[in-house]
Amino acid sequence: MNISMILNGKKIQADIDPDMLLIDFVRSQNCPSVKRGCETANCGLCTVFLDDRPVLSCSVLAARADGRKVTTLEGLQEEAYEFGQFIADQGAEQCGFCNPGFVMNAIALFRENPDPGVEEIKEYLSGNLCRCSGYEGQLRGILAFLEWKKGGKQS
Amino acid sequence: MFTCKEYRKVKTLEEAWELNQKRSNQLIGGMLWVKMGQRSVQTVIDLSDLGLDQIEETEEEFSIGCMATLRQLELHEGLNVYTQGAVRESVRHIVGVQFRNLATVGGSIFGRFGFSDVLTMFLAMDTYVELYKGGVVPLARFVEMKRDRDILVRVIVKKGNGRFAYQSMRNTKTDFPVLAVAVSAAGDRLRISVGARPARAMLLTVSSEKICDAAAEVCRAAGQILSGEGTEDDAVLIGAYVSQSVPTGSNLRGSAQYRSHLVQVLVKRACLETGGKAAEQR
Repeated sequence: MNISMILNGKKIQADIDPDMLLIDFVRSQNCPSVKRGCETANCGLCTVFLDDRPVLSCSVLAARADGRKVTTLEGLQEEAYEFGQFIADQGAEQCGFCNPGFVMNAIALFRENPDPGVEEIKEYLSGNLCRCSGYEGQLRGILAFLEWKKGGKQS
Repeated sequence: MFTCKEYRKVKTLEEAWELNQKRSNQLIGGMLWVKMGQRSVQTVIDLSDLGLDQIEETEEEFSIGCMATLRQLELHEGLNVYTQGAVRESVRHIVGVQFRNLATVGGSIFGRFGFSDVLTMFLAMDTYVELYKGGVVPLARFVEMKRDRDILVRVIVKKGNGRFAYQSMRNTKTDFPVLAVAVSAAGDRLRISVGARPARAMLLTVSSEKICDAAAEVCRAAGQILSGEGTEDDAVLIGAYVSQSVPTGSNLRGSAQYRSHLVQVLVKRACLETGGKAAEQR
């Protein structure tokens, strides 16, 4: 079947199988940041924006994205670079495997709530699993990032 | 792995219903549960184009389209003002924002899943489901009905002067609940719903009048909670009564004995939240 969508700001068309998942579709369109971490719709690594809302692309049929707007990390370069670089400088992560989904969902959080408190950050990002950090590094990194954005100093 | 040969975004409910009568076809809501299965399906039926993704509020009721997401429930101001945040509390622990942006109210209720926070919450409210062929049915009856191939179109919550509370226990954040409890206090009765027993949620009504099965002292305690004057002792009595009345079972998340204990504790807390004296509220 034929679908078309705006992927990272660009209109594309493709012929797909009806049961193709959005994660596999965007990967086939040169968006390798979108990855499978769990296969049980739990880890958040496959997060993309569908019409600007964060969703698990492992659980969405590509056919359902027909006529809609899909954004991956590749399409958020400036925003993602700023936050990702900051998090890296903070040494907030270890292996970095969970990073693409984490950055996507953190950006979704900042867009929805530009000044979140600790509990709001924890709640919004609870669907992004990290198996090495225990989340303390990321939380510290996010708080420092928000402080820096407000004009404070990078700790 | 879930596979399908055809994808159909239907234009009418009749079209969806007709397609759905074939056992080899599959209606999808958010598709989260379906995708985890191993089925090979002929046609996937998608209701996305039918405008059923809205939550509408009137003076008398909330009408929630089956394709509204759990995230919409969580963020809906009217619904959360009406339930004092209980609806938000019931869904905010479910996996993550990305999951709740997909999972639908219709899928959660139609599935009648044992683990369902959503079913537990709505059962404690004055809730009805609108079925395409079956008409409007009270949720408490729908829960008992055999699964068929009808379509759940809307969930309707009738408004009253209720107070609501939701409590759940999880072994770890974002996991299924080990036990879930929702309580509403309205008029002369408490509606207490217990979910993740681990069987599907069941509803118990405790009246301040002696018209239910509860002992007179439990009815008196319910009266105190309903009038907003409940003490911890009142809440404990109700918790103990519900714990004795609701069957629990064991699975890898917890034993029946542990669950029955949790019923007491969570019902007590939810009762105090809905109608405890200010000093005793948690």
